[in-house]
Amino acid sequence: MSDVLQQMSPTGDAIGEDLSFHPINVPLAVHDLTVAYHRKPVIWDVDLDIPEGKLVGVVGPNGAGKSTLLKTCLDLIPRASGEVGVYGKPYKEQRHLVGYVPQRESVDWDFPVSVLDLVAMGTYRHLGWFRRVGEKQKAAAMNALEQVGIAHLADRQISQLSGGQQQRTFLARALTQNAKLYFMDEPFAAVDAATEEAIVKILQQLNSEGKTCIVVHHDLATVARYFDWVVLLNMRVVASGPTEEVFTKTNLEKTYGGSLSLLDEAAHALSRIAR
Amino acid sequence: MNWTSFDTWIVVVGALCAVACTLPGCFLVLRKMSMMGDAISHAVLPGIAIGFLMTGARSSIPMFLGAAITGVLTAVFTQWVSKFGRVDRGAAMGIVFTTLFAVGLILIVQAADHVDLDPSCVLYGAMELTPLDTIEVLGVMIPRAAISLSIVLLLNLSLITLLFKELKLSSFDEGLSNTLGFSSNLLQYLLMSMVAVTTVAAFEAVGSIIVIAMLIVPPATALLLTRRLIPMIVIAASVGILSAILGHLSAVTVPKLFGYESTSTSGSMAAATGFLFTIAWLFNPSEGLLVKQFRNTKKINESVPVEELSS
Repeated sequence: MSDVLQQMSPTGDAIGEDLSFHPINVPLAVHDLTVAYHRKPVIWDVDLDIPEGKLVGVVGPNGAGKSTLLKTCLDLIPRASGEVGVYGKPYKEQRHLVGYVPQRESVDWDFPVSVLDLVAMGTYRHLGWFRRVGEKQKAAAMNALEQVGIAHLADRQISQLSGGQQQRTFLARALTQNAKLYFMDEPFAAVDAATEEAIVKILQQLNSEGKTCIVVHHDLATVARYFDWVVLLNMRVVASGPTEEVFTKTNLEKTYGGSLSLLDEAAHALSRIAR
Repeated sequence: MNWTSFDTWIVVVGALCAVACTLPGCFLVLRKMSMMGDAISHAVLPGIAIGFLMTGARSSIPMFLGAAITGVLTAVFTQWVSKFGRVDRGAAMGIVFTTLFAVGLILIVQAADHVDLDPSCVLYGAMELTPLDTIEVLGVMIPRAAISLSIVLLLNLSLITLLFKELKLSSFDEGLSNTLGFSSNLLQYLLMSMVAVTTVAAFEAVGSIIVIAMLIVPPATALLLTRRLIPMIVIAASVGILSAILGHLSAVTVPKLFGYESTSTSGSMAAATGFLFTIAWLFNPSEGLLVKQFRNTKKINESVPVEELSS
């Protein structure tokens, strides 16, 4: 906690010239960001400022660059141009402040580790190179498993988990990272209703602790219920702001273009908000 | 059969080589880079040749360095070729390692006129001759190959013990590993170097063929038998040792049954590990092919309700 307080110095408003776009109290500031695969832009000229303590839904059609945006913020994908500031500094200086939940399909669930082993991986950053997982890290992992409601599965091999349990395991691992800013890539994809509820509970808990969560989300119908800040993305940022201001029919039309079925879905989602 | 201390040393050298290979091999298999081990154990040839030409001595430090560098270069070149040549990784690997291997072969054949380095020895080794080339250590005559393989085995073991958590994380979840600051590429190059150095230690005594087999087959066998990482490494090492024993035994006994002289131990060791894999595949208790068949038949016979079958 002490290093967190150091980062959050009271001089947060006194901004150095290099960090003019990256105020120190802003969890994520993205400026002029462009990413390309084989010279074809995937995200184009993105500017974002995410305020502290928000639950942020990143919404957009398939191929809009949502995952790419997350991975670029985490330095997993090289930038063609632009800057990303995490609490006012480049990501690699702020690793200890950031937690990451990758897409569930990105790993091999037949890998020979137990659920507890997997969750304890979240503590590795704190441990650093060479030091081994001890009782303290195991206790932290166990505690995280209790929070997501699958403590009884701690000794299971991960190949024995259902999709929902896999997602909870990933979420528990992120909790042991004890971060201030979380990036989550489609945590709600193909999970059962009970898991969805459990994830929402965890998001709200993180929110109540003042943490910021940036979540790639697909289901337009639940955006307004789960998130208080929305980023509408389709290669460029269509809109970013408080859900009630930004999550509008006009903006959704701009984001999803002519895709009719999706517009219907959007209309449905909006009618729910109205109710 | 006449078992002598010669036979014991051959088995010991084989077992040391097998265990030294299975350690990085387990992580290669888990990273789904099995063929990379194959590629590197071929591609180190120019490194070996250059190291040898520079010093004129086998198993020298420059030779190990040359091999480690070409090992890492194989991985780097493969990445470049697949990125800039727009071909898939498998093809890129094929391009890089065959080219490097060919360069190594040319160097060795050129050098062979002047120095004592035999290309066929590099491939197949001469395990049967290892007990003849000994060094005295504390009054005991020990084959030189056993000493160099022990050193490499210890090196691999210490690296894997030291970096166990890092290797586990980066093999399972490259993305998280990189975001936490444990560079997946760095760890991959470290594994590649381990494979390269192990190949050098092994090539003279046992040949590179056996390295390829021992890198992959024992870990793959172990993965059929357990779903925990440490047991997997222990089982893989045991399968390696067992292959050395079975391999040498069958090399000296089996051909005689048919009226031939004994055959190559390296070849038999590789065959033995393939045999052990087949046994594990057919009979392993959780997912064995035959065990599954048997269980299914039994279940159907006992007419268990469908819900229970699926649980």
